[in-house]
Amino acid sequence: MKTEALKQALDKHGFDLAFGGARRDEEKSRSKERIFSFRSAQHRWDPKRQRPELWSLYNARKNIGESLRVFPLSNWTELDVWRYVELERIPVAPLYFAKPRPVVERESALIMVDDERMPLADGEVPEMRVVRFRTLGCYPLSGAIESDAKSVAEIIAEIQRLRVSERQGRVIDHDGAASMEKKKQEGYF
Amino acid sequence: MRIVICGSVDDGKSTLLGRLLYETDSLLEDQLAALASDSRRYGTQGKDLDFALVSDGLSAEREQGITIDVAYRYLSTAKRRYLIADTPGHEQYTRNMITGASTADLAVILVDARNGMLVQTRRHCFLAALMGVRQVLLVVNKMDLVDYAEETFRAIERQARAFALSVKFETVTVIPVAAVTGDNLATPSNRMRWFAGPTVLAALEAASAGAPAQASALRYPVQWVNRPNSDFRGYAGSLASGRVRPGDRVRIYSAGYPAGRETSVTRIVTHDGDLDEAVAGQSVTLTLADDIDVSRGDLIAGMEDGPGVADQFEATVIWMGEEPLLGGRGYLMKLGTATVTAVPSAPKYRIEVNTFEHLAAKTLEANEVGVCNLSLDREVPFDPYSKNRATGGFILIDRLTNHTVGAGLLHFALRRAHNIHWQALDIDRAARARQKGQQPAVIWLTGLSGAGKSTIANLLDQMLFAQGRHTYLLDGDNVRHGLNRDLGFTPADRVENVRRVAEVARLMADAGLIVIVSLISPYRLERGMARALIEAAGLSFIEVFVDTPLAIAEQRDPKGLYRKARRGELANFTGIDSPYEAPEAPDLRLDAGADSPETSAAALLAHLRGKGIAE
Repeated sequence: MKTEALKQALDKHGFDLAFGGARRDEEKSRSKERIFSFRSAQHRWDPKRQRPELWSLYNARKNIGESLRVFPLSNWTELDVWRYVELERIPVAPLYFAKPRPVVERESALIMVDDERMPLADGEVPEMRVVRFRTLGCYPLSGAIESDAKSVAEIIAEIQRLRVSERQGRVIDHDGAASMEKKKQEGYF
Repeated sequence: MRIVICGSVDDGKSTLLGRLLYETDSLLEDQLAALASDSRRYGTQGKDLDFALVSDGLSAEREQGITIDVAYRYLSTAKRRYLIADTPGHEQYTRNMITGASTADLAVILVDARNGMLVQTRRHCFLAALMGVRQVLLVVNKMDLVDYAEETFRAIERQARAFALSVKFETVTVIPVAAVTGDNLATPSNRMRWFAGPTVLAALEAASAGAPAQASALRYPVQWVNRPNSDFRGYAGSLASGRVRPGDRVRIYSAGYPAGRETSVTRIVTHDGDLDEAVAGQSVTLTLADDIDVSRGDLIAGMEDGPGVADQFEATVIWMGEEPLLGGRGYLMKLGTATVTAVPSAPKYRIEVNTFEHLAAKTLEANEVGVCNLSLDREVPFDPYSKNRATGGFILIDRLTNHTVGAGLLHFALRRAHNIHWQALDIDRAARARQKGQQPAVIWLTGLSGAGKSTIANLLDQMLFAQGRHTYLLDGDNVRHGLNRDLGFTPADRVENVRRVAEVARLMADAGLIVIVSLISPYRLERGMARALIEAAGLSFIEVFVDTPLAIAEQRDPKGLYRKARRGELANFTGIDSPYEAPEAPDLRLDAGADSPETSAAALLAHLRGKGIAE
């Protein structure tokens, strides 16, 4: 869904570059990603024919219609991001902070019930739990985690303690081991 | 701290890495669960976790059990964070190892205890050292398979230490390890009590991060001139090395200023206010005391130990492109913040990466390493790579495909360009042309073999001669009997063939002649180079596409060459097994498949009449 909208927007405005916040520590196929990542005129990523990136020399050359995705935070980790948020006092979306929220549990993911657009399965009853989101993605495919972290400092402490990875709550990542790779080839960030 | 880890699948590299992440709690529960599931599906360790699968991120890698591309992994300890480039070990992935090593502070190189120092281990050491890595950790893995025997380890250690020092590593640490059980990775092994040295993790923690001491001189490549209004002019960029403070005297190195221009830094401007000092790695904007013309690609350096400025170099080139390197072809070169056109010579030699022998070579194929001279279209500031990675390492980009096709390490400038001056001649081109009463030009006929180039060229030559013009015809076949008798028909030789003909045509046109060139000249880039060469000398270049379809040229086959090529007796024949890149916008296109040579020659003469070259 996001992929199609993104491709349409890139086509409409003819952007040469699109910046993204993806990081190599997030996911296996992203660990193979370049900082300047070439995309064909059809927005496709070809992981086997990527441009070598040496030193800090980036090759941003392309033909008309082709584009580049640029990931300046490639070598940051989740912890780096939160430490930077703390250092620079950057405002962040409230869903990242813990609060009592109505959720249902689906295949071990806690899916938040925002409003009446969220279709409930038979027998599903939303319950209030203190949760936050470690990662924000498509609705209703991003699971929350149970957490008491209500501030940036508490989030930093929590990440250092946690034994599961950041994208564990992303249902679409678990379509199969290669699913992020497949989505990326189709034009996903 | 940045690390490159090299070794092949058989050495247990991924197992070591996966195990190291596991032992330092850098592998998380859901990643472990995914690993357990992948291990059942693709694993090679029976019921145990196959740590090799941790770093193989692409589905093709997991299915084929090989690592194709560099993967980056993160490991944190209480002391610092490590960024690990995990690179495949096979020779066909040399370019990936080079990429990983280009930014590494330390190399971890695996040795299989059963095999000792293999050819590939030497290759990994050589390449890491070539890329400027000065610290190496040689991990002798699979000690479990040699019964943790001390004498086996000591023998390998002696060999490894001697070799590693011969390739100029500064520090060499050798550790016996059993990655599969974690012995000597994060905790000292109970089974190898005879080893008093550090564990792999302890050795990493003890290594030094950051640029080596010799790269301490200030190098600030100017990335962008920030001039929002007439009151402010600042030079934005990142410090590649050294440090700078307001008030420091500096020199600006750029084309035409081999000794630099002296000024001083007035301010270090950032979004968060001015700084008292900036150090390597910081992105800032500098303002200068004097109004000096500074642009992107120029280099700001300290008063001592400055860079060179040159346009001719010797360099090591590591080839990465699918098409081989062609000596004489122009590539885009990115060095620091400068982008220029660089023409490499044919390699002086190729370095066999397994034996380090210097072998004769005409080209470099992907993953091959060689030494070339490079000729740039303008001067750039630089340092030898051995002195500074940031100002001595460059990449080469193919101008048509935009792929990064090569990486290079500058050795030194060739003084040739500075020492050989152009001798000014008192009788200039205009005088020579006046004497002959004509406008000199180069008329370049390109097309397939059998297209009719030579026939048309010959007719045109006769018509111009009849008009009293001074002409000469350079025919592709004829020059190969003399000037170019040493060249064959490989892509590299074809590029050189075109270059020499273009140079000769330029000299002849400079002497006042109208030069007709009849040459297949199959590549767009080299015809563009010929045009640039001749137009840069202030002469007219007229590209004429003798456009005869392949089927007709092959049917004519005046020299019987197509029949030979089809029988496989003639390799690299244009149109059959070697490409012809038709001109996209020739000055004139002749429909020589349909028209007679007389009609085509008349059309060409009419075109020259329009340009004032013929009557």
